[in-house]
Amino acid sequence: MEKRVTFASWTIGILFAVPQLLLIFTFFYWPAGQAVYWSLTLQQPWGGGNIWVGLDNFRSILANADYWNSITASLVFAGISTGLAMFIALVLAALTDRQLAGSRLYRVVLIWPYGIAAPALAMAFRFILAPEAGFLAVVNKGWPGFWDPGLDGADAMASIIIAFSWKYVGYNFIFFLAAFQAIPRSLIEAAAMDGSGVIRRFWDIQFPLITPTIFFLLVINITESFQDSFGIVDIMTSGGPANATNLMVYKIYSDGFKGLDYSGAAAQSIILMVLIVLLTIVQFRFIERRVHYR
Amino acid sequence: MASIAIRDVKKNYAKTQVVHGVDLDFASGEFVVILGPSGCGKSTLLRMIAGLEEISGGTIAIDGTVVNKLEPRQRGCAMVFQNYALYPHMSVAQNIGYSLKVAGVPAGERNQRIQAVARMLELEHLLERKPMALSGGQRQRVAMGRAMIREPKVFLFDEPLSNLDAKLRVQMRSEIRKLHRRLNATSVFVTHDQVEAMTLADRLVVMNGGRVEQVGTPGEIYTRPASRFVATFVGAPAMNILEGTVERDGLSLLGGSRRLATARVGLPVGTKVAMGIRPEAVRLVAPETAGALKATVDLVEELGAGRVIYVDLDGAPFSVMTSEAVHPEPGSTVGLKISPDDMHFFSSETGTRLDVFKASVPEPAL
Amino acid sequence: MVERTPILNFFTHLILFIGFVFCIAPFVVVAIAASHNLKDVNDVPMSLLPGSDFWVNIKTAWTTADLGPKLLNSFIVAAGVAAGKVIISALTAFAIVYFRFPGRIFIFWLIFVTLMLPLEVRIVPTYAVVANVLAPYQAILDATGLSWLIEKVSGVQVSLNLGLLNSYTGLILPLVATATGTFLYRQFFLTVPDELTEAARMDGAGPLRFFIDVLLPLSRNNMAALGTIMFLWAWNQYLWPLLITTDQSHAMAVTELKSLIPNVGGTPEWHIAMAGTLIVMLPPLIVVVFMQRWLVRGLIATEK
Ligand SMILES: Nc1ncnc2c1ncn2[C@@H]1O[C@H](COP(=O)(O)OP(=O)(O)OP(=O)(O)O)[C@@H](O)[C@H]1O
Ligand SMILES: [Mg+2]
Repeated sequence: MEKRVTFASWTIGILFAVPQLLLIFTFFYWPAGQAVYWSLTLQQPWGGGNIWVGLDNFRSILANADYWNSITASLVFAGISTGLAMFIALVLAALTDRQLAGSRLYRVVLIWPYGIAAPALAMAFRFILAPEAGFLAVVNKGWPGFWDPGLDGADAMASIIIAFSWKYVGYNFIFFLAAFQAIPRSLIEAAAMDGSGVIRRFWDIQFPLITPTIFFLLVINITESFQDSFGIVDIMTSGGPANATNLMVYKIYSDGFKGLDYSGAAAQSIILMVLIVLLTIVQFRFIERRVHYR
Repeated sequence: MASIAIRDVKKNYAKTQVVHGVDLDFASGEFVVILGPSGCGKSTLLRMIAGLEEISGGTIAIDGTVVNKLEPRQRGCAMVFQNYALYPHMSVAQNIGYSLKVAGVPAGERNQRIQAVARMLELEHLLERKPMALSGGQRQRVAMGRAMIREPKVFLFDEPLSNLDAKLRVQMRSEIRKLHRRLNATSVFVTHDQVEAMTLADRLVVMNGGRVEQVGTPGEIYTRPASRFVATFVGAPAMNILEGTVERDGLSLLGGSRRLATARVGLPVGTKVAMGIRPEAVRLVAPETAGALKATVDLVEELGAGRVIYVDLDGAPFSVMTSEAVHPEPGSTVGLKISPDDMHFFSSETGTRLDVFKASVPEPAL
Repeated sequence: MVERTPILNFFTHLILFIGFVFCIAPFVVVAIAASHNLKDVNDVPMSLLPGSDFWVNIKTAWTTADLGPKLLNSFIVAAGVAAGKVIISALTAFAIVYFRFPGRIFIFWLIFVTLMLPLEVRIVPTYAVVANVLAPYQAILDATGLSWLIEKVSGVQVSLNLGLLNSYTGLILPLVATATGTFLYRQFFLTVPDELTEAARMDGAGPLRFFIDVLLPLSRNNMAALGTIMFLWAWNQYLWPLLITTDQSHAMAVTELKSLIPNVGGTPEWHIAMAGTLIVMLPPLIVVVFMQRWLVRGLIATEK
């Protein structure tokens, strides 16, 4: 879309864009370019600048089992938590949209989790899911060793998935509810006049009409699961046990800032960027086709 | 007060030309109405005068100064928009006074002038309201006030009344007329409503397809339309047009199926013409009347003061407006009497008016 | 609509109620745990009746993690990011929508791309830039030979250095450098009627006046929405402040949580940890509750 009416003095126009351009150049494009440079070079331990190593950094990362483990963990985390958060939110939003008594209350409260910082909710869940205090301790008492995220990788993964999903149910709920409410009432009424019941209407009318929202949330949830997970992992598991929850961003952080391997971390960043961009494109190309746009 | 001279003005959007060389002169203090069908380029022309649209060719001069390259604010024009374009976040007073604020007029003087304008437009009690809380007619008046306060040399109106209901439109029409008499600023008013055009204009400009068809007083346009387009566009119901050929003692109409005996038409025998006759100039007579055209009644539209009778002339639609107390039944046959003095002739090919020499001959008794 | 679906209604209420419970349970558990003493909080199962030590625990957490100055830092950074976004995005969107300069489409895409890659994934090099924000410009001067030229002409060696580690600016600016708000404004500006712009021009207003007198006041709702989500987003930042604030005086509240994780060995002090968590999550929760309308609107508008 374009405006028909514009101002002629375009030199002034450019000035308005300058602050943002400076910011994104300094803090986005330069660092991104820098990341590419570092990923292709190796810093010499005794100083004296970087030496060109071509794709060596990538080769050594990709040959590393730890890295593949990190990718797998990230994908498992992204897949399960996105599915969980979206499914629960969709059900809750569809039911809230029925506008029975009390739906206002749900509308207000279900949004709260989104406001909470990932590390804060991670702290809460670390306590709630703690094996020795909290509530799962009760289960552990009757069934020793049933639950211990500190020792069992699967338990740890489940913990961070629960924490992340809890926050994003709220987020997805906002969008689903808005999408449901944007469906013209007359459409629902027309379907009711055609003799279609509540559930039938959901599948025949509401669901097809909110597919763009589903698609959109899919992209956002997966992208967020790569970044917003950092705080959760850092507080709840620190990537453990035995790297079971060492998600990609967390690994970049620990390799780069704890291990001081800038080149390796930069190469990992590049791979992550490419992965996110690819996922976005794939989702646009293959899923969007099956989406009904109004 | 200012005169406006428009010389061979053209407008292109990318490749399409929408205004094709317009020449017009508006005298100082004149109220000019530009009339034309939708999409004919009247808004474009007006906006070029205002400086809201680049001029692709030709020149526009206000008071002798070519303004092609001047910004709107430097041209001394004020404009009233179709949808009023009031600033929704400002009160009525702020809306009216905004141009003075931009120009740096001190608050005291600004308030005085706002008050004066509000008094003239009877908006005094609404000055603190936001546009949202106004009726259509009140918004319209605020838009007028915003234009007036700068005491501009030229007023430009782009269909300012088209969003109002019929009654309010008539009322605002007379108010605009009164205001013009009081302020006497050159005004250019764009509309596609011919009643509005006829009642408001000192001079009327009829446009079609990016060209000027005719310029004249409303009376001239009605009585001597310069083209077939103007003839059918101005007047309601529209002028009837029948294709025909000039013969020695009359006209052969509708491919020869009808003959209209008249005295000399004043055009060379054999000329192909489009003969135009206004519905209100046709008289209904008994079908057997000598010299009358016989026609079958299709439909009668009751207007209260009179009625429009739509008839069928060998398949050609034709309408008659009468104020007499006749009520022909649909399907019945009537006679149509047409006086040669009321006929208009247009070239069949170009549509331009063919001026005829009309001797004042008595109605032939055939 | 007249519709009788008692069974469906029953399940609707049931499911929504379960959802509601799962949604607020963590808040309740945190609050209750924060009110117990060391022994009660480690009871299995923990009692769901509030204990009596709430204020004591809050006080302990507050002093242990030194939360006062950190909450203030969080507030400064969050407000700074929100204000920066609200202003800079409006300026940029105005440029993109209301002017036709060469390269406009290119600039549009330059900005659009930043939406795709969040700070977290390019954290390493961004850190290096913040350590000396002028490094990119020094590099450009060096590469173009300009610094050599300047040194030759004036005898001054060009060495640009401005470190932003441990500073509010360093915390705020990189968080402002994305496109989120720009597109919110863009969408809104596109809906502003053209006639309004023309009316302003007829009234004699130039671009700057139009921007300040007409466009910004009309954008108030969008500013509130954008400000709300950006405030929350910045308050909840974790990785970035963790990296660039080595000095406690600039640390933010959320990053301080880590210092409250109970030590391994000994009885874990969960009551203190939960009290601290409660303090840290409270300000954004208040914003969510009171600014809910804007939050919802902002989220939906920015992501389109
Ligand atoms: N930005 C544009 N790009 C291309 N063509 C345009 C543009 N603006 C207007 N036109 C065309 O120019 C012609 C004249 O438009 P204009 O708005 O002057 O018509 P108008 O006579 O005012 O009609 P209306 O009575 O409907 O307002 C139309 O055919 C329109 O399609
Ligand atoms: Mg128009």
